[in-house]
Amino acid sequence: MGVGIEVRGLNAWYGKNQSLNSIDMTVLANHVTAVIGPSGCGKSTFIRCLNRMHETIPEARAEGSVQVGEMDVYGSGSDPVEVRRRIGMVFQKPNPFPTMSIYGNVAAGLKLNGFRNRKQMDELVERSLKLAALWEEVKDDLHKKSGASLSGGQQQRLCIARALAVEPEVLLMDEPASALDPISTSKIEELIFQLKQHYTVVIVTHNMQQAARVAEFTGFFLMGSLIEYDKTEKIFTTPADKRTEDYITGRFG
Amino acid sequence: MPDSVSASAPQEVSLWRRVTNQGATTFAVLAVIFVLVPLLAIFVYLVIKGIGSVNLAFLTQTPKPPGEVGGGMANAIVGTGLILAIASVIGLPLGIGSGIYLAEYGRNRFGDLIRFTADVLNGVPSIVIGIAVYSLIVVRQKHFSAFSGGVALGIMMVPTIARATEEMLLMVPNVVREAAYGLGIPKWRTTLSISLRTASAGVITGCMLAFARVAGETAPLLFTAFGNQFWNLKLNQPTAALSLQVFTYAISPYDDWHKQAWAGALILIVLIVAAVAAVRITTSRGMMKGA
Repeated sequence: MGVGIEVRGLNAWYGKNQSLNSIDMTVLANHVTAVIGPSGCGKSTFIRCLNRMHETIPEARAEGSVQVGEMDVYGSGSDPVEVRRRIGMVFQKPNPFPTMSIYGNVAAGLKLNGFRNRKQMDELVERSLKLAALWEEVKDDLHKKSGASLSGGQQQRLCIARALAVEPEVLLMDEPASALDPISTSKIEELIFQLKQHYTVVIVTHNMQQAARVAEFTGFFLMGSLIEYDKTEKIFTTPADKRTEDYITGRFG
Repeated sequence: MPDSVSASAPQEVSLWRRVTNQGATTFAVLAVIFVLVPLLAIFVYLVIKGIGSVNLAFLTQTPKPPGEVGGGMANAIVGTGLILAIASVIGLPLGIGSGIYLAEYGRNRFGDLIRFTADVLNGVPSIVIGIAVYSLIVVRQKHFSAFSGGVALGIMMVPTIARATEEMLLMVPNVVREAAYGLGIPKWRTTLSISLRTASAGVITGCMLAFARVAGETAPLLFTAFGNQFWNLKLNQPTAALSLQVFTYAISPYDDWHKQAWAGALILIVLIVAAVAAVRITTSRGMMKGA
Protein backbone atom coordinates (compact mmCIF):
# COMPACT_ATOMS: atom_id res chain seq x y z
CA MET A 1 0.00 0.00 0.00
CA GLY A 2 1.09 3.54 -0.63
CA VAL A 3 1.80 6.11 2.04
CA GLY A 4 1.20 9.85 2.17
CA ILE A 5 3.85 12.55 1.84
CA GLU A 6 4.14 15.67 4.01
CA VAL A 7 6.47 18.36 2.72
CA ARG A 8 7.21 21.32 5.00
CA GLY A 9 9.47 24.28 4.30
CA LEU A 10 11.48 22.55 1.57
CA ASN A 11 14.28 24.66 0.06
CA ALA A 12 16.73 23.51 -2.60
CA TRP A 13 19.83 24.99 -4.18
CA TYR A 14 22.15 24.38 -7.09
CA GLY A 15 25.35 25.98 -5.86
CA LYS A 16 24.28 29.49 -4.90
CA ASN A 17 21.07 29.50 -6.96
CA GLN A 18 17.99 28.75 -4.95
CA SER A 19 15.63 26.68 -7.05
CA LEU A 20 12.90 25.86 -4.50
CA ASN A 21 11.46 28.35 -2.02
CA SER A 22 9.96 26.87 1.14
CA ILE A 23 7.52 24.41 -0.39
CA ASP A 24 4.64 23.05 1.72
CA MET A 25 2.64 20.24 0.18
CA THR A 26 0.61 17.28 1.37
CA VAL A 27 0.30 14.31 -0.98
CA LEU A 28 -2.45 11.80 -0.22
CA ALA A 29 -1.71 8.08 -0.12
CA ASN A 30 -2.90 6.00 -3.08
CA HIS A 31 -3.65 8.98 -5.22
CA VAL A 32 -1.98 10.39 -8.30
CA THR A 33 -0.65 13.89 -7.81
CA ALA A 34 0.63 15.89 -10.76
CA VAL A 35 3.19 18.67 -10.65
CA ILE A 36 2.98 21.12 -13.54
CA GLY A 37 4.67 24.35 -14.49
CA PRO A 38 6.85 25.96 -17.16
CA SER A 39 10.41 24.82 -17.88
CA GLY A 40 12.83 25.64 -15.10
CA CYS A 41 10.10 26.21 -12.50
CA GLY A 42 11.58 23.63 -10.14
CA LYS A 43 9.08 20.82 -10.62
CA SER A 44 11.73 18.20 -11.39
CA THR A 45 13.93 19.49 -8.58
CA PHE A 46 10.95 19.17 -6.28
CA ILE A 47 10.32 15.48 -6.88
CA ARG A 48 14.06 14.75 -6.92
CA CYS A 49 14.14 16.17 -3.40
CA LEU A 50 11.47 13.73 -2.26
CA ASN A 51 13.82 10.72 -2.62
CA ARG A 52 17.07 12.64 -2.13
CA MET A 53 18.15 12.24 -5.76
CA HIS A 54 18.68 16.01 -5.90
CA GLU A 55 21.83 15.81 -3.77
CA THR A 56 23.55 13.36 -6.16
CA ILE A 57 24.27 16.35 -8.41
CA PRO A 58 27.53 18.09 -7.43
CA GLU A 59 26.95 21.24 -5.34
CA ALA A 60 23.21 20.62 -5.09
CA ARG A 61 21.62 20.60 -1.63
CA ALA A 62 18.22 20.68 0.01
CA GLU A 63 16.82 21.62 3.42
CA GLY A 64 13.47 21.19 5.03
CA SER A 65 11.19 18.43 6.18
CA VAL A 66 9.82 15.60 4.06
CA GLN A 67 7.81 12.92 5.80
CA VAL A 68 6.96 9.84 3.72
CA GLY A 69 4.71 7.59 5.77
CA GLU A 70 6.70 6.89 8.93
CA MET A 71 9.99 7.90 7.34
CA ASP A 72 11.65 11.25 7.99
CA VAL A 73 13.49 11.67 4.66
CA TYR A 74 15.78 14.50 5.82
CA GLY A 75 16.00 13.30 9.42
CA SER A 76 19.44 13.15 11.02
CA GLY A 77 19.61 9.35 11.01
CA SER A 78 18.17 8.99 7.53
CA ASP A 79 20.21 7.13 4.88
CA PRO A 80 19.64 8.40 1.32
CA VAL A 81 20.19 4.89 -0.08
CA GLU A 82 17.44 3.49 2.16
CA VAL A 83 15.16 6.42 1.24
CA ARG A 84 15.57 5.69 -2.47
CA ARG A 85 14.89 2.02 -1.93
CA ARG A 86 11.48 2.89 -0.50
CA ILE A 87 10.64 5.66 -2.97
CA GLY A 88 10.88 4.46 -6.56
CA MET A 89 11.64 6.75 -9.46
CA VAL A 90 10.97 6.71 -13.19
CA PHE A 91 12.94 9.15 -15.33
CA GLN A 92 12.19 11.29 -18.35
CA LYS A 93 14.26 9.25 -20.79
CA PRO A 94 13.92 5.47 -20.59
CA ASN A 95 17.20 4.31 -19.00
CA PRO A 96 17.38 0.51 -18.88
CA PHE A 97 20.76 -0.97 -17.92
CA PRO A 98 22.17 -1.55 -21.42
CA THR A 99 24.22 -4.68 -20.70
CA MET A 100 21.45 -6.52 -18.86
CA SER A 101 18.66 -8.75 -20.10
CA ILE A 102 15.02 -7.84 -19.56
CA TYR A 103 14.96 -10.10 -16.51
CA GLY A 104 18.27 -8.68 -15.29
CA ASN A 105 16.94 -5.14 -15.52
CA VAL A 106 13.85 -5.86 -13.45
CA ALA A 107 15.81 -7.93 -10.93
CA ALA A 108 18.73 -5.45 -10.70
CA GLY A 109 17.41 -3.54 -7.69
CA LEU A 110 16.85 -6.80 -5.81
CA LYS A 111 20.09 -8.53 -6.84
CA LEU A 112 22.34 -5.59 -6.14
CA ASN A 113 20.78 -5.13 -2.73
CA GLY A 114 21.68 -8.67 -1.80
CA PHE A 115 18.39 -10.45 -2.53
CA ARG A 116 19.25 -14.10 -3.24
CA ASN A 117 16.04 -16.16 -3.24
CA ARG A 118 15.79 -17.26 -6.89
CA LYS A 119 12.19 -18.46 -6.80
CA GLN A 120 10.87 -15.37 -5.04
CA MET A 121 12.86 -13.20 -7.44
CA ASP A 122 11.22 -14.92 -10.44
CA GLU A 123 7.82 -14.19 -8.91
CA LEU A 124 8.65 -10.56 -8.19
CA VAL A 125 9.96 -10.04 -11.72
CA GLU A 126 6.81 -11.54 -13.22
CA ARG A 127 4.54 -9.56 -10.93
CA SER A 128 6.36 -6.30 -11.66
CA LEU A 129 6.29 -6.85 -15.42
CA LYS A 130 2.57 -7.63 -15.20
CA LEU A 131 1.92 -4.49 -13.16
CA ALA A 132 3.84 -2.49 -15.74
CA ALA A 133 1.73 -4.08 -18.51
CA LEU A 134 4.79 -5.45 -20.26
CA TRP A 135 4.65 -9.15 -19.33
CA GLU A 136 2.72 -10.36 -22.37
CA GLU A 137 5.11 -8.63 -24.76
CA VAL A 138 8.37 -9.90 -23.27
CA LYS A 139 7.64 -13.14 -21.39
CA ASP A 140 9.33 -15.30 -24.05
CA ASP A 141 12.50 -13.18 -24.25
CA LEU A 142 13.17 -12.48 -20.58
CA HIS A 143 16.72 -13.81 -20.64
CA LYS A 144 17.33 -13.68 -24.38
CA LYS A 145 16.94 -10.00 -25.12
CA SER A 146 18.72 -6.97 -23.75
CA GLY A 147 16.62 -4.26 -22.12
CA ALA A 148 18.04 -1.81 -24.63
CA SER A 149 16.67 -3.82 -27.57
CA LEU A 150 13.04 -2.96 -26.70
CA SER A 151 11.17 -0.03 -28.24
CA GLY A 152 11.14 3.30 -26.41
CA GLY A 153 7.69 2.79 -24.92
CA GLN A 154 8.52 -0.76 -23.86
CA GLN A 155 11.77 0.46 -22.32
CA GLN A 156 9.90 2.97 -20.22
CA ARG A 157 7.48 0.30 -18.99
CA LEU A 158 10.52 -1.86 -18.26
CA CYS A 159 11.89 0.99 -16.15
CA ILE A 160 8.57 1.19 -14.32
CA ALA A 161 8.68 -2.58 -13.69
CA ARG A 162 12.26 -2.22 -12.46
CA ALA A 163 11.20 0.49 -10.01
CA LEU A 164 8.22 -1.58 -8.81
CA ALA A 165 10.27 -4.76 -8.26
CA VAL A 166 11.92 -3.36 -5.14
CA GLU A 167 8.40 -2.82 -3.73
CA PRO A 168 8.50 0.90 -3.00
CA GLU A 169 5.73 2.76 -1.15
CA VAL A 170 5.80 5.79 -3.41
CA LEU A 171 6.49 6.07 -7.14
CA LEU A 172 7.93 9.32 -8.47
CA MET A 173 7.69 9.91 -12.21
CA ASP A 174 9.67 12.69 -13.85
CA GLU A 175 7.94 13.39 -17.19
CA PRO A 176 7.72 9.64 -17.87
CA ALA A 177 6.00 9.99 -21.25
CA SER A 178 7.62 13.09 -22.70
CA ALA A 179 10.02 11.07 -24.88
CA LEU A 180 7.33 8.67 -26.13
CA ASP A 181 4.90 8.46 -29.02
CA PRO A 182 1.14 8.97 -28.41
CA ILE A 183 0.29 5.24 -28.22
CA SER A 184 3.04 4.50 -25.72
CA THR A 185 2.01 7.62 -23.81
CA SER A 186 -1.58 6.45 -23.46
CA LYS A 187 -0.33 3.04 -22.28
CA ILE A 188 1.78 4.69 -19.60
CA GLU A 189 -1.11 6.90 -18.55
CA GLU A 190 -3.43 3.92 -18.27
CA LEU A 191 -0.77 2.22 -16.21
CA ILE A 192 -0.41 5.19 -13.84
CA PHE A 193 -4.14 5.01 -13.25
CA GLN A 194 -3.84 1.30 -12.31
CA LEU A 195 -0.79 1.83 -10.13
CA LYS A 196 -2.48 4.09 -7.62
CA GLN A 197 -4.28 1.06 -6.15
CA HIS A 198 -0.93 -0.05 -4.77
CA TYR A 199 1.22 3.05 -4.71
CA THR A 200 1.21 6.76 -4.14
CA VAL A 201 2.20 8.35 -7.43
CA VAL A 202 3.69 11.79 -7.94
CA ILE A 203 4.14 12.72 -11.59
CA VAL A 204 5.89 15.70 -13.11
CA THR A 205 4.56 16.67 -16.49
CA HIS A 206 4.76 19.61 -18.84
CA ASN A 207 1.69 18.31 -20.61
CA MET A 208 -1.38 19.81 -18.96
CA GLN A 209 -3.80 17.46 -20.67
CA GLN A 210 -1.83 14.58 -19.20
CA ALA A 211 -2.14 16.04 -15.70
CA ALA A 212 -5.87 16.48 -16.26
CA ARG A 213 -6.22 12.87 -17.46
CA VAL A 214 -4.26 11.01 -14.79
CA ALA A 215 -4.10 13.09 -11.61
CA GLU A 216 -6.62 13.73 -8.84
CA PHE A 217 -4.52 16.54 -7.42
CA THR A 218 -2.35 19.04 -9.21
CA GLY A 219 0.25 21.48 -7.98
CA PHE A 220 1.35 24.43 -10.09
CA PHE A 221 4.98 25.54 -9.70
CA LEU A 222 6.40 28.85 -10.88
CA MET A 223 9.97 30.09 -10.33
CA GLY A 224 10.63 27.68 -7.50
CA SER A 225 7.43 28.31 -5.58
CA LEU A 226 4.26 26.28 -5.26
CA ILE A 227 1.67 28.76 -6.48
CA GLU A 228 -1.45 26.69 -6.17
CA TYR A 229 -2.26 23.16 -5.10
CA ASP A 230 -5.75 21.72 -5.26
CA LYS A 231 -7.97 19.12 -6.84
CA THR A 232 -7.07 18.79 -10.52
CA GLU A 233 -10.57 19.74 -11.58
CA LYS A 234 -10.43 22.95 -9.55
CA ILE A 235 -7.00 23.88 -10.94
CA PHE A 236 -8.15 23.46 -14.52
CA THR A 237 -11.60 25.03 -14.22
CA THR A 238 -11.58 27.68 -11.51
CA PRO A 239 -8.01 28.36 -10.36
CA ALA A 240 -7.70 30.71 -7.44
CA ASP A 241 -4.50 32.36 -8.57
CA LYS A 242 -4.23 34.60 -11.63
CA ARG A 243 -0.81 33.11 -12.54
CA THR A 244 -2.25 29.58 -12.60
CA GLU A 245 -5.02 30.72 -14.87
CA ASP A 246 -2.55 32.45 -17.20
CA TYR A 247 -0.48 29.28 -17.40
CA ILE A 248 -3.28 26.80 -18.02
CA THR A 249 -4.88 29.04 -20.60
CA GLY A 250 -1.56 29.16 -22.41
CA ARG A 251 -0.71 32.79 -21.87
CA PHE A 252 2.90 31.87 -20.98
CA GLY A 253 5.18 28.87 -20.52
CA MET B 1 6.35 25.92 -54.30
CA PRO B 2 9.78 27.42 -54.99
CA ASP B 3 12.04 25.45 -57.32
CA SER B 4 14.87 25.23 -54.83
CA VAL B 5 12.99 22.85 -52.52
CA SER B 6 11.64 20.50 -55.20
CA ALA B 7 12.00 16.79 -54.38
CA SER B 8 15.59 15.71 -54.83
CA ALA B 9 15.80 12.73 -57.15
CA PRO B 10 19.18 10.95 -57.18
CA GLN B 11 20.32 12.50 -60.45
CA GLU B 12 19.89 15.95 -58.92
CA VAL B 13 22.71 15.41 -56.42
CA SER B 14 25.30 17.92 -57.51
CA LEU B 15 28.55 16.87 -59.10
CA TRP B 16 30.50 18.53 -56.32
CA ARG B 17 28.76 16.47 -53.65
CA ARG B 18 29.39 13.24 -55.52
CA VAL B 19 33.03 14.11 -56.00
CA THR B 20 33.60 15.00 -52.34
CA ASN B 21 31.73 11.87 -51.24
CA GLN B 22 33.90 9.66 -53.45
CA GLY B 23 36.99 11.56 -52.37
CA ALA B 24 36.31 11.11 -48.66
CA THR B 25 35.55 7.40 -49.09
CA THR B 26 38.71 6.86 -51.12
CA PHE B 27 40.75 8.68 -48.52
CA ALA B 28 39.34 6.50 -45.72
CA VAL B 29 40.06 3.30 -47.64
CA LEU B 30 43.59 4.44 -48.44
CA ALA B 31 44.19 5.26 -44.79
CA VAL B 32 43.13 1.74 -43.76
CA ILE B 33 45.41 0.19 -46.36
CA PHE B 34 48.24 2.47 -45.26
CA VAL B 35 47.86 1.19 -41.70
CA LEU B 36 47.33 -2.47 -42.54
CA VAL B 37 50.10 -2.94 -45.10
CA PRO B 38 53.06 -2.47 -42.73
CA LEU B 39 51.31 -4.61 -40.12
CA LEU B 40 50.73 -7.45 -42.57
CA ALA B 41 54.19 -7.02 -44.08
CA ILE B 42 55.83 -7.41 -40.67
CA PHE B 43 53.79 -10.47 -39.88
CA VAL B 44 54.41 -12.12 -43.26
CA TYR B 45 58.12 -11.36 -43.05
CA LEU B 46 58.25 -12.84 -39.53
CA VAL B 47 56.54 -15.99 -40.71
CA ILE B 48 58.87 -16.37 -43.68
CA LYS B 49 62.00 -15.83 -41.60
CA GLY B 50 60.89 -17.59 -38.46
CA ILE B 51 58.65 -20.51 -39.31
CA GLY B 52 61.60 -22.66 -40.46
CA SER B 53 63.08 -22.66 -36.96
CA VAL B 54 59.84 -23.28 -35.07
CA ASN B 55 59.73 -26.96 -34.20
CA LEU B 56 59.04 -29.14 -31.17
CA ALA B 57 62.56 -28.69 -29.84
CA PHE B 58 62.27 -24.91 -30.09
CA LEU B 59 59.09 -24.97 -28.02
CA THR B 60 60.23 -27.55 -25.44
CA GLN B 61 64.00 -27.16 -24.93
CA THR B 62 66.21 -24.58 -23.27
CA PRO B 63 68.95 -22.80 -25.25
CA LYS B 64 72.09 -24.72 -26.22
CA PRO B 65 75.52 -23.15 -25.75
CA PRO B 66 76.90 -21.33 -28.82
CA GLY B 67 78.32 -23.71 -31.36
CA GLU B 68 75.91 -26.51 -30.56
CA VAL B 69 73.00 -26.84 -32.96
CA GLY B 70 69.37 -27.02 -31.79
CA GLY B 71 67.91 -26.02 -28.46
CA GLY B 72 64.92 -23.76 -28.02
CA MET B 73 63.24 -21.00 -26.06
CA ALA B 74 60.87 -22.97 -23.86
CA ASN B 75 62.21 -21.27 -20.73
CA ALA B 76 61.76 -17.85 -22.32
CA ILE B 77 58.18 -18.62 -23.38
CA VAL B 78 57.31 -19.68 -19.84
CA GLY B 79 59.29 -16.77 -18.40
CA THR B 80 57.38 -14.25 -20.51
CA GLY B 81 54.13 -15.80 -19.33
CA LEU B 82 55.29 -15.59 -15.73
CA ILE B 83 56.42 -11.96 -15.97
CA LEU B 84 53.23 -10.93 -17.79
CA ALA B 85 51.11 -12.69 -15.17
CA ILE B 86 52.85 -10.71 -12.41
CA ALA B 87 52.51 -7.51 -14.45
CA SER B 88 48.78 -8.14 -14.95
CA VAL B 89 48.19 -8.93 -11.27
CA ILE B 90 49.74 -5.55 -10.43
CA GLY B 91 48.66 -3.47 -13.42
CA LEU B 92 45.03 -4.51 -13.93
CA PRO B 93 43.59 -3.83 -10.45
CA LEU B 94 45.69 -0.69 -9.95
CA GLY B 95 44.86 0.64 -13.41
CA ILE B 96 41.15 -0.14 -13.29
CA GLY B 97 40.96 1.10 -9.70
CA SER B 98 42.56 4.43 -10.52
CA GLY B 99 40.37 4.75 -13.60
CA ILE B 100 37.29 4.26 -11.44
CA TYR B 101 38.55 6.84 -8.96
CA LEU B 102 39.26 9.37 -11.70
CA ALA B 103 35.86 8.96 -13.37
CA GLU B 104 33.58 8.64 -10.35
CA TYR B 105 35.34 10.57 -7.57
CA GLY B 106 38.18 12.47 -9.20
CA ARG B 107 36.46 15.64 -10.44
CA ASN B 108 38.77 17.78 -8.28
CA ARG B 109 42.34 19.10 -7.97
CA PHE B 110 43.67 15.80 -6.66
CA GLY B 111 42.09 13.99 -9.60
CA ASP B 112 43.70 16.45 -12.01
CA LEU B 113 47.05 15.79 -10.35
CA ILE B 114 46.66 12.03 -10.79
CA ARG B 115 45.52 12.49 -14.39
CA PHE B 116 48.59 14.62 -15.12
CA THR B 117 50.88 12.10 -13.40
CA ALA B 118 49.39 9.24 -15.37
CA ASP B 119 49.91 11.07 -18.65
CA VAL B 120 53.52 11.84 -17.74
CA LEU B 121 54.12 8.24 -16.67
CA ASN B 122 52.70 7.11 -19.99
CA GLY B 123 55.36 9.15 -21.75
CA VAL B 124 58.31 8.00 -19.62
CA PRO B 125 60.69 5.88 -21.75
CA SER B 126 60.39 2.24 -20.77
CA ILE B 127 64.10 1.93 -20.02
CA VAL B 128 63.75 4.63 -17.37
CA ILE B 129 61.08 2.58 -15.65
CA GLY B 130 63.45 -0.38 -15.85
CA ILE B 131 66.20 1.62 -14.13
CA ALA B 132 63.80 2.86 -11.46
CA VAL B 133 62.65 -0.67 -10.64
CA TYR B 134 66.28 -1.81 -10.74
CA SER B 135 67.27 0.66 -8.05
CA LEU B 136 64.11 0.14 -6.00
CA ILE B 137 63.90 -3.63 -6.03
CA VAL B 138 66.84 -5.33 -7.71
CA VAL B 139 69.53 -3.41 -5.82
CA ARG B 140 67.86 -4.04 -2.49
CA GLN B 141 67.23 -7.72 -3.12
CA LYS B 142 70.70 -8.01 -4.63
CA HIS B 143 69.53 -10.18 -7.53
CA PHE B 144 67.57 -9.92 -10.75
CA SER B 145 64.14 -11.53 -10.68
CA ALA B 146 60.92 -12.27 -12.55
CA PHE B 147 59.15 -10.32 -9.84
CA SER B 148 61.04 -7.08 -10.53
CA GLY B 149 60.40 -7.55 -14.28
CA GLY B 150 56.70 -7.98 -13.59
CA VAL B 151 56.67 -4.86 -11.42
CA ALA B 152 58.32 -2.82 -14.18
CA LEU B 153 55.82 -3.97 -16.81
CA GLY B 154 52.92 -3.64 -14.33
CA ILE B 155 53.83 0.00 -13.69
CA MET B 156 53.84 0.60 -17.43
CA MET B 157 50.34 -0.86 -17.74
CA VAL B 158 48.76 1.34 -15.05
CA PRO B 159 48.49 4.74 -16.81
CA THR B 160 47.12 3.29 -20.06
CA ILE B 161 44.51 1.22 -18.26
CA ALA B 162 43.61 4.02 -15.86
CA ARG B 163 43.00 6.57 -18.60
CA ALA B 164 41.11 4.08 -20.78
CA THR B 165 38.91 3.03 -17.86
CA GLU B 166 38.23 6.66 -16.98
CA GLU B 167 37.26 7.56 -20.56
CA MET B 168 34.99 4.53 -20.88
CA LEU B 169 33.25 5.19 -17.56
CA LEU B 170 32.69 8.82 -18.52
CA MET B 171 30.92 7.58 -21.64
CA VAL B 172 28.35 5.74 -19.53
CA PRO B 173 25.34 8.08 -19.56
CA ASN B 174 24.58 9.63 -16.19
CA VAL B 175 20.94 8.55 -16.51
CA VAL B 176 22.13 4.94 -16.12
CA ARG B 177 23.77 5.80 -12.79
CA GLU B 178 20.66 7.71 -11.71
CA ALA B 179 18.53 4.67 -12.50
CA ALA B 180 20.67 2.65 -10.10
CA TYR B 181 20.64 5.30 -7.36
CA GLY B 182 16.88 5.53 -7.78
CA LEU B 183 16.60 1.83 -6.95
CA GLY B 184 18.43 2.36 -3.67
CA ILE B 185 21.66 0.80 -4.87
CA PRO B 186 24.67 2.27 -3.03
CA LYS B 187 27.23 4.27 -5.01
CA TRP B 188 30.05 1.71 -4.74
CA ARG B 189 27.73 -1.04 -5.97
CA THR B 190 26.46 1.15 -8.79
CA THR B 191 30.03 1.87 -9.87
CA LEU B 192 31.11 -1.78 -9.90
CA SER B 193 27.95 -3.56 -11.06
CA ILE B 194 26.34 -0.94 -13.29
CA SER B 195 28.84 1.63 -14.61
CA LEU B 196 31.86 -0.65 -14.93
CA ARG B 197 29.72 -3.39 -16.42
CA THR B 198 28.21 -1.01 -18.96
CA ALA B 199 31.70 0.19 -19.88
CA SER B 200 33.27 -3.28 -19.78
CA ALA B 201 33.83 -3.70 -23.53
CA GLY B 202 35.89 -0.52 -23.69
CA VAL B 203 37.71 -1.19 -20.43
CA ILE B 204 38.72 -4.65 -21.67
CA THR B 205 40.00 -3.12 -24.91
CA GLY B 206 42.11 -0.70 -22.87
CA CYS B 207 43.50 -3.53 -20.75
CA MET B 208 44.34 -5.57 -23.84
CA LEU B 209 46.12 -2.62 -25.44
CA ALA B 210 48.21 -2.12 -22.32
CA PHE B 211 48.93 -5.85 -22.07
CA ALA B 212 49.94 -6.17 -25.72
CA ARG B 213 52.14 -3.11 -25.43
CA VAL B 214 54.16 -4.35 -22.45
CA ALA B 215 54.25 -7.96 -23.66
CA GLY B 216 56.86 -7.06 -26.26
CA GLU B 217 58.87 -4.68 -24.04
CA THR B 218 62.58 -5.45 -23.81
CA ALA B 219 64.25 -2.42 -22.27
CA PRO B 220 62.61 -2.54 -18.81
CA LEU B 221 63.50 -6.23 -18.50
CA LEU B 222 67.21 -5.71 -19.18
CA PHE B 223 67.96 -4.73 -15.57
CA THR B 224 65.08 -6.53 -13.90
CA ALA B 225 64.27 -10.01 -15.21
CA PHE B 226 67.74 -10.00 -16.82
CA GLY B 227 67.32 -13.23 -18.78
CA ASN B 228 68.42 -16.77 -18.08
CA GLN B 229 69.72 -19.63 -20.23
CA PHE B 230 68.20 -22.26 -17.94
CA TRP B 231 64.84 -23.23 -16.57
CA ASN B 232 63.64 -21.07 -13.73
CA LEU B 233 60.21 -20.85 -12.17
CA LYS B 234 61.27 -19.05 -8.99
CA LEU B 235 59.94 -15.50 -8.86
CA ASN B 236 63.05 -14.18 -7.12
CA GLN B 237 65.58 -15.50 -9.64
CA PRO B 238 66.74 -14.13 -13.00
CA THR B 239 64.21 -15.22 -15.59
CA ALA B 240 64.28 -15.55 -19.35
CA ALA B 241 61.80 -13.62 -21.49
CA LEU B 242 61.11 -13.96 -25.19
CA SER B 243 61.84 -10.31 -25.95
CA LEU B 244 65.18 -10.50 -24.10
CA GLN B 245 66.08 -13.73 -25.79
CA VAL B 246 65.28 -12.30 -29.21
CA PHE B 247 67.42 -9.26 -28.42
CA THR B 248 70.38 -11.36 -27.22
CA TYR B 249 70.21 -13.75 -30.15
CA ALA B 250 69.68 -11.05 -32.77
CA ILE B 251 72.86 -9.15 -31.82
CA SER B 252 74.92 -12.34 -31.52
CA PRO B 253 77.40 -13.31 -34.24
CA TYR B 254 75.93 -16.81 -34.76
CA ASP B 255 73.81 -17.62 -37.76
CA ASP B 256 71.86 -20.29 -35.92
CA TRP B 257 70.94 -17.82 -33.18
CA HIS B 258 69.73 -15.30 -35.75
CA LYS B 259 67.27 -17.89 -37.06
CA GLN B 260 66.10 -18.62 -33.55
CA ALA B 261 65.64 -14.90 -32.89
CA TRP B 262 63.24 -14.72 -35.84
CA ALA B 263 61.36 -17.73 -34.52
CA GLY B 264 61.21 -16.18 -31.03
CA ALA B 265 59.77 -12.96 -32.42
CA LEU B 266 57.17 -14.93 -34.36
CA ILE B 267 56.16 -16.92 -31.28
CA LEU B 268 55.90 -13.71 -29.22
CA ILE B 269 53.52 -12.11 -31.73
CA VAL B 270 51.44 -15.27 -32.04
CA LEU B 271 51.15 -15.57 -28.26
CA ILE B 272 50.06 -11.93 -27.89
CA VAL B 273 47.45 -12.30 -30.62
CA ALA B 274 46.24 -15.57 -29.06
CA ALA B 275 45.93 -13.99 -25.59
CA VAL B 276 44.02 -10.96 -26.89
CA ALA B 277 41.74 -13.16 -29.01
CA ALA B 278 41.05 -15.51 -26.08
CA VAL B 279 40.03 -12.62 -23.83
CA ARG B 280 37.84 -11.14 -26.59
CA ILE B 281 36.04 -14.44 -27.18
CA THR B 282 35.42 -15.23 -23.52
CA THR B 283 34.20 -11.73 -22.69
CA SER B 284 31.97 -11.34 -25.73
CA ARG B 285 30.18 -14.54 -24.77
CA GLY B 286 28.85 -12.87 -21.62
CA MET B 287 27.44 -9.84 -23.46
CA MET B 288 23.78 -9.40 -24.28
CA LYS B 289 22.71 -9.24 -27.88
CA GLY B 290 21.32 -5.93 -29.02
CA ALA B 291 23.10 -4.05 -26.23
